[in-house]
Amino acid sequence: MAVDDPAPVSSRSDSRALACTDLVKSYAGVTVLKSVSLSVAAGEVLGLIGENGAGKSTLSSILAGIVIPDSGSMTLDGEAYRPHSPHDALERGVALIHQEIRMVPALSVAENIFLGRLPTSGGRVDTARMNREAAAALEVLGIDLDPRRPVRGLSMATQQGIEIAKAISRKPRYVIFDEPSASLTAHETDKVLGRIEVLRSQGVGVVYISHRLEEVREVAQQIVCLRDGRLVQAWQSGRVPQDDLVRAMVGRDFTFEHHAPEPARDRVVLEVRGLARADAFEGVSFSVGEGEILGIAGLVGAGRTEVVRAIAGVDRFDRGEVLVDGEVVSLKRPTDAIAAGIVMVPEDRKGQGLLLGRSSAENICTPWEKSLGRRGLVTRSKIARIAAKSRTEFDIRGSLDIPSVGLSGGNQQKVLLAKWLVRTPKVLILDEPTRGVDVGAKMAIYEIVRRLAASGVAVVVVSSELEEVLGLSHRVLVMSGGRQRDVLDRAQADSETVMQLAVPQASS
Amino acid sequence: MSSTHQDPATAPPDTESRGSSGSGLRQLAGVARTRLQSIGGPLGGLVVMVIAMSFLSEFFFTQRNLTNLISQISDYGILAAGAALVILIGGIDLSVAANMALTMMFTAWLYRVHEIPFGLALVAGLLLGAFVGLVNGLLATYGRVQPFVATLATMSACTGLALYITQGSTINNFPSWFGNLTSADVLGIPLQGLLLVAIFLVLGFWLRYRPGGRALYAIGGNEEVARLSGLPVRQAKTMVYVIAGALAAVAGWINISRLDSAQPTAGANYLLIVIAVVVIGGASLAGGVGSMGGAFVGLLIIGVLNNGLALLGINPNLQAVVIGVVILAAVLTDRAGIKKRA
Repeated sequence: MAVDDPAPVSSRSDSRALACTDLVKSYAGVTVLKSVSLSVAAGEVLGLIGENGAGKSTLSSILAGIVIPDSGSMTLDGEAYRPHSPHDALERGVALIHQEIRMVPALSVAENIFLGRLPTSGGRVDTARMNREAAAALEVLGIDLDPRRPVRGLSMATQQGIEIAKAISRKPRYVIFDEPSASLTAHETDKVLGRIEVLRSQGVGVVYISHRLEEVREVAQQIVCLRDGRLVQAWQSGRVPQDDLVRAMVGRDFTFEHHAPEPARDRVVLEVRGLARADAFEGVSFSVGEGEILGIAGLVGAGRTEVVRAIAGVDRFDRGEVLVDGEVVSLKRPTDAIAAGIVMVPEDRKGQGLLLGRSSAENICTPWEKSLGRRGLVTRSKIARIAAKSRTEFDIRGSLDIPSVGLSGGNQQKVLLAKWLVRTPKVLILDEPTRGVDVGAKMAIYEIVRRLAASGVAVVVVSSELEEVLGLSHRVLVMSGGRQRDVLDRAQADSETVMQLAVPQASS
Repeated sequence: MSSTHQDPATAPPDTESRGSSGSGLRQLAGVARTRLQSIGGPLGGLVVMVIAMSFLSEFFFTQRNLTNLISQISDYGILAAGAALVILIGGIDLSVAANMALTMMFTAWLYRVHEIPFGLALVAGLLLGAFVGLVNGLLATYGRVQPFVATLATMSACTGLALYITQGSTINNFPSWFGNLTSADVLGIPLQGLLLVAIFLVLGFWLRYRPGGRALYAIGGNEEVARLSGLPVRQAKTMVYVIAGALAAVAGWINISRLDSAQPTAGANYLLIVIAVVVIGGASLAGGVGSMGGAFVGLLIIGVLNNGLALLGINPNLQAVVIGVVILAAVLTDRAGIKKRA
């Protein structure tokens, strides 16, 4: 285990600090935060790293009053701190800057900064004062921007800057940044890091959460690493070798199961050549053989979903071509992909996968109705028969005749799989196939995927869970910043190698 | 009112699957029960209303009055059939009534001014109605204009054109065979009533059993899910507007036949009635929920209300108030039913 002296930082007695002790939080029986203690002093930046699902966002939500912990305590500058709402946390001087930027595009910069607390005088909005104070907050950050102009049309980086100005205008003592750079370019990220440095120099304590280890090393005075809800390692300096950080994130004791048999690789089913779309991804080339599972690994925003959506005909691509069984497929819309034997199980079950108000049986049949019925008629008994077959094949628990919103996440996911596997496809693309499902369903889904591959289907799995990609795949394609970094054979693909490739390079 | 309203598609498994060993009669009863469950709330309301009216007015439950009632509702009922489809896909068509008036004037003008054979003029009206629907559909899909705005624009244009064609005057006197159609009946049921029922049956069948019709539920429920499922979302939506437009022309035929006259202001108050019919029938303006059976019950409720209140001698201005109350009652009981099930 890599748990060398966890959390020495929390023992600090400095009273000017935001600290938490033994925080525990579970959701529906799954403990996502296991006795985490840490502390960030005023005028200091604490880097918080960890894989997807390590508990970083839960921790920051607790600090900002969005989530109430099950147990544990927090102190703010030596006093007990128990925020019951984000508003309460702000009143106490703790602000959270979200990963997603939340601006009202039609309102002015100043109005966005003061949203919900517009300064008034005599019952009217005091526009002059609002603009003056907004300008002051922007100036602190070195953002040259007219506070009267609307937010619409401003770059993501500038909008991120406005978010920070919004936080600053409340004069917080502590600011938590939850992956502020996720949607920014390297140049834009530099600006954000500069603004964090400004905050720090003014005595604000900062918690900086990011996947991007380079940034964390640059900006942080101490770094802590979460893994599986535990604080596994802490460093009293930002100058930590990147390898050490990666190792702590992934964990040395990590083993992955090799269940899948080596496929017969001689027949290529799916081939992708030089796929590219401006501002999304480029240079993606790979092939998947009959019975092979190809994993696509990468961090959030690496372009994985964009690539597979293009292959499934959901989004367009500018350059490159997709071949199935050696023939180029024209992919203008999802129907084209389905006709060519490519199906995709999308990542967002609720938004893209299922009609939650319709029965699961009908959801399963939705893509296939055209060729379902006798004389073109879709009867209820026909649907029931197909649903019954899916239920046995995928072990779906619960009624298929009630609206699918009534099923558990795991069963919904099985329904979604069943929907795309009514006909055995040539190529099956799975985007985050186990997001938000419990462990039991997870194992069942892995089993289904392996079974399909064994029967000759070419499978592409996109997952943010490294364990999942490594455990399922024959080969792993690693993406970073919209580019294909490498395709690793199973023998080479260990978590450290994948992580090193997935982490965006500082400047290359 | 009991409120067991359910989306027909999500109703409990009916006996079709279980009843394979049972008698055909039991199967039929099972199917009937599912159909009833899907529109239970509004249907219960309708039954209560019919019984109440029968007691309140001795004229209500007579063949003559019921025949009259069906004639009264047939034109806006046909408009409502199209509107039900448009609302099912999450759209709205404000232009239906105006489109009806325009097609009427166009047909009459071709016949009277250009002396085109009347049958041909009727078909030309149908094509024009479908064309207006096509414009609506293309604007709402490929043009990415919100359907409310797109059809608001075409509504305005249709109203204006209907008046412009004859400078606002009415055209009368059409071939007598055409006028006779709406006074003819089969077994006591007026022809236009049969046409109305036939349209609802055909569309209902399409929505329930044909892939193209069933796709409308998916499109209205979640367009992205529908698109990813390989359904032709934009074509289907466009087609729905075309159907609504063509049905507007059909409603126009009935109007011309019944009155032997084409007025540019025909159906001026129909738009809101049509939307009320669909909403009372259990559809959601958000899309994805509703059925032709529900819309038909909604139509009968509005018809019985208008007819019954008139028989009772209630001030016509108050009738509109009652319809407002009924819309709210339908929507609120529907919501209570959904909550109870959840």
